[in-house]
Amino acid sequence: MIYRETGQFKTSYAADQAILRLREDRIGLLVILAIAYVVMPLVASEYWLSTIMLPFLIYALAALGLNILTGYAGQISLGTGGFMATGAFAAYKLATAFPGLDFVVVLVLAGLITAFVGILFGLPSLRIKGFYLAVATLAAQFFLLWLYNKIPWFTNYSASGVISAPTRTAFGIPVTGFEASVTTKYLFVLVVVTLLSLAAKNMTRLEVGRSWMAIRDMDIAAEIIGIRPLTAKLSAFAVSSFYCGIAGALWAFSYTGAVEALAFDIGVSFRVLFMIIIGGLGTILGNYLGAAFIVLLPIFLNNALLGLGMQEAVAMASHLEAMIMGALIVFFLIVEPHGLARLWQILKEKLRKWPFPY
Amino acid sequence: MIDRRTGLALMAGVVAAGLVATAAPAQENVQFIPSLVYRTGPYGPNGEPFANGVADYYNLINERDGGINGIKIVFEECDTQYNNDKGVECYERLKNKGPTGAAVFSPLSTGITYALIERATADKIPIFSMGYGRSDAAYGKVFPYIFNPPANYWSQATSIIKYVAEQEGGLDKLKGKEIALVYHDSAYGKEPIPTLQKLEQMYGFKLSLHPVAHPGLEQKATWLKIGRRVRPDWVLMWGWGVMNSTAIKEAAAVGFPMERFIGNWWSGSENDVKPAGDAAVGYKSANFHGAGANWPVHQDIFKYVYDKGLGAGQRERVGEVLYNRGVTNAMIVVEAIRTAQKIHGVRPLTGAEVRDGFEALNITEERLKELGMEGFMLPLKLSCADHEGGGPVYIQQWDGQKWNKVSDWYYPMRDVVWPMIEESALKYAKEKGITPRDCPQG
Amino acid sequence: MEILDLVLLEPIRNILDAPLFFLEVLIGGLMSGVMYALVALGFVLIFKASGVFNFAQGSMVLFAALFFVGFMDAGLPMWLAFLLTLAVMVVLAYAVERMVLRPLVNQPAITLFMATIGITFFLDGLGQAIWGSDVRRLDVGIPEDPIIIADIFINQFDLYAAVICGTLVAALALFFQYTPTGRALRAVADDHQAAMSVGIPLSTVWTIVWIVAGIVGLVAGVMWGAKLGVQFNLSLIALKALPALILGGLTSVPGAIIGGLIIGAGEKVAEVFWGEVLGGAIEDWFAYVLAMVFLLIRPEGLFGEKIIERV
Repeated sequence: MIYRETGQFKTSYAADQAILRLREDRIGLLVILAIAYVVMPLVASEYWLSTIMLPFLIYALAALGLNILTGYAGQISLGTGGFMATGAFAAYKLATAFPGLDFVVVLVLAGLITAFVGILFGLPSLRIKGFYLAVATLAAQFFLLWLYNKIPWFTNYSASGVISAPTRTAFGIPVTGFEASVTTKYLFVLVVVTLLSLAAKNMTRLEVGRSWMAIRDMDIAAEIIGIRPLTAKLSAFAVSSFYCGIAGALWAFSYTGAVEALAFDIGVSFRVLFMIIIGGLGTILGNYLGAAFIVLLPIFLNNALLGLGMQEAVAMASHLEAMIMGALIVFFLIVEPHGLARLWQILKEKLRKWPFPY
Repeated sequence: MIDRRTGLALMAGVVAAGLVATAAPAQENVQFIPSLVYRTGPYGPNGEPFANGVADYYNLINERDGGINGIKIVFEECDTQYNNDKGVECYERLKNKGPTGAAVFSPLSTGITYALIERATADKIPIFSMGYGRSDAAYGKVFPYIFNPPANYWSQATSIIKYVAEQEGGLDKLKGKEIALVYHDSAYGKEPIPTLQKLEQMYGFKLSLHPVAHPGLEQKATWLKIGRRVRPDWVLMWGWGVMNSTAIKEAAAVGFPMERFIGNWWSGSENDVKPAGDAAVGYKSANFHGAGANWPVHQDIFKYVYDKGLGAGQRERVGEVLYNRGVTNAMIVVEAIRTAQKIHGVRPLTGAEVRDGFEALNITEERLKELGMEGFMLPLKLSCADHEGGGPVYIQQWDGQKWNKVSDWYYPMRDVVWPMIEESALKYAKEKGITPRDCPQG
Repeated sequence: MEILDLVLLEPIRNILDAPLFFLEVLIGGLMSGVMYALVALGFVLIFKASGVFNFAQGSMVLFAALFFVGFMDAGLPMWLAFLLTLAVMVVLAYAVERMVLRPLVNQPAITLFMATIGITFFLDGLGQAIWGSDVRRLDVGIPEDPIIIADIFINQFDLYAAVICGTLVAALALFFQYTPTGRALRAVADDHQAAMSVGIPLSTVWTIVWIVAGIVGLVAGVMWGAKLGVQFNLSLIALKALPALILGGLTSVPGAIIGGLIIGAGEKVAEVFWGEVLGGAIEDWFAYVLAMVFLLIRPEGLFGEKIIERV
């Protein structure tokens, strides 16, 4: 009733190719953006911003990166943690070597460095496919972490191998380190994530995005119709690593402030992979839903269990949390094997006809 | 199978409960102390006894003394699973609870400590990382809110070398000896390396480094190399969790003598030796507090906590090394709050006020006796500039049943360690743009 | 040049200098490889029969070990504890088939993979909720003293592990080759639809294959538990099994064994002889790089089914 395309006519190509072609969608997105940009900083407590929203946004960004590679280009990767670490350490080296550099420039350069590393480790994908490719990306994961842990140059010769993010500014405003307020950090990350999401959405609609999807659906067929697997696969690796690198840099600079290489261990790679599968492969919205599911749900479950009188049994609460989490993953997959984003799509279909479905 | 709608309704219920649960019941005249612990996850077995020790000691203070000078302790555990993100989340969740907010945090993980240093400094809440965390945080002028008594990893390394030297017949006898360091390849494990390298230069022993990748399930290559190739005179270990018991087993398998294998104080609990069985007999480790349940404080814990059914763990596990470490942690926290009450008055205190208590902390021999912990640990005194105290350690040995103290107490070589701490802390300050504050005693 | 010499030639000189020590490392590595293969086997069984990459195999190892050691600590004799745990694993297999696999039939491989991750969370939580998260010592009476043959040092425990693993593989081979159920399993592995059309019930086969994987997990859990003590970390050995599994080919039982041996020997030799030059703790990534090199030559693993691509 309220949510349908009837009466909305497109009179130009531009309108027809807009990302959101429905007025309702546009309004919805604006509402979400308004909540994220205006309401959250005003209303949310520091706890919410710094421990829920920040990791959520950064994980969503990493998921976006992995989704480009796995969801759009069909290449399974378990190297996300390693690429995030690359971004974090590249940003750290850049920020400490050139203290005057604007943090935005640092981020972009860190992303580019990670993209290059990503291309290197993407090379085996030209020959290895499917689950077997996981091993090549796992090699990246373990090797990169080992490298940053082992070579003291990466941590500026700190005894423990922990890097600690210094205060850096973006356009004159301090956005990292202890001088920046939580709200500034949150807004900065939010802007980065918004811009990169928009870029990703558009990229998937360009030729390069279509070539990724062709490779994903069947690489031999794609090759036959004239798509070069080399360019398509490696560009997917590059773009994906770029995103992961920026996510890693934000993780180190905007979220925790101090990380060691182990903070980006294999668990992070798996968690990001869970996000995109739960959220929905090959969707942009899915990254946010998946990140919310994997980041927020355990915190809620834990709070809920403790709130229901389990303070005395913290261990049991953690075990129960894991069990409920596992059961919910299976439950959601059974309800909708294609991820939460598909649930939203189905809901949208239903909304079009609501309340008169016939 | 559950119907979809019920499932979603359940979900909504759980989430709603989660939102509601964040509002905790408010109590007035109490001191809130958060407890970051891990009872689950890869290091859960070690976190469990520690957490029980902490909980039992706080309960003891409440039950026996009616709180700290009448101010009851309210504590809440948050399970970090030894995971940095969860640790940060727990910190943020608990830091504003209670009438005056969190008194002090003990993150119980070197990684979480690193992640919290800046946050806690900004929030003016002290971090008490007892014998772990950032070693150069001992430098109070740069790290006003971080405390790592009784000794950090660097101090501990020098104490262990002192013991080794004594076994060899003096520091001059170390020349030409081979010492191998087996360490967890992480921030934690790498801490002692610069100190040991410095000592290597000073005393002319030969140090070889053997990193073990997390979590350390496979160490066959490492131990073949040590036991069959390097054949060192001594092996030191900076390990944690499953790495320790595996190392002990592998060491025994290559026939390395246990008497010459010394773990640091995180590599010397019952959990490390028991899974290794008979192989572990003779294994040594450093420690800075007593093992066993033979002190008066334990009798009080039995009487006031376990006999009333308030015990956090099993009665027979009271007195394990990590349990006692939890007790020590809680004791120092309570004493710091007590000291802070002398300065700021007997009332619930804020984190910043408790920090003053830490800096004025002076646990004397007499005080330890009053606490029922005479000989359990040695006196500890902190100051504005010295957040570590340079406390001593002793060496304990596993006899298959229990840990026995087999050495005297060794004070660290402060003349070696302190300049390193100063240098590292000042480097950090420079990197971060912090101006070191002044301390009255200099 | 100097670096090249240090990385490429120096370790080889070291090997030539101490051939006996090299042999020791090699044997030790092969033995570790057997232990990896033990875990990898469980993956292969399930992947072969149902195309599911079972992420939960590591957790099944832990789950089985927790029950086994729990029953043993309760004072039961070893055989009874083993049988009871077996029963638990059978129940688990039924539950998984009923509640997870059946509703997800015909879904893409990645969805099934994700579902096994859900199972992982659940099993880790359940196992520890029942048995607690303490380290438990598991003593199954395998001697652990080293034996020295011709100045070469061999760990007795590893020898036993190799024998048990060998027996297990032989038993599996016989089971697959000579029993009707085994033949049904192979038929399903070859072609689901053809198998169904000749009347093989798919769901039963899946249950059986999960039971078999559970048994393999139990054996792996007992062996690794005896080695490390039963604790949460046991579930992480799956990561050590992964390169072995992929190197050998996801669908081949002998592949898992050979893969395990190659990885075990390769990583130990690398750690001992190259670790020093490179800074140590290289065995984790080296295993994956080694597997990757093999895959570049043979993208479906050493013994995997050849991938035939058609448009």
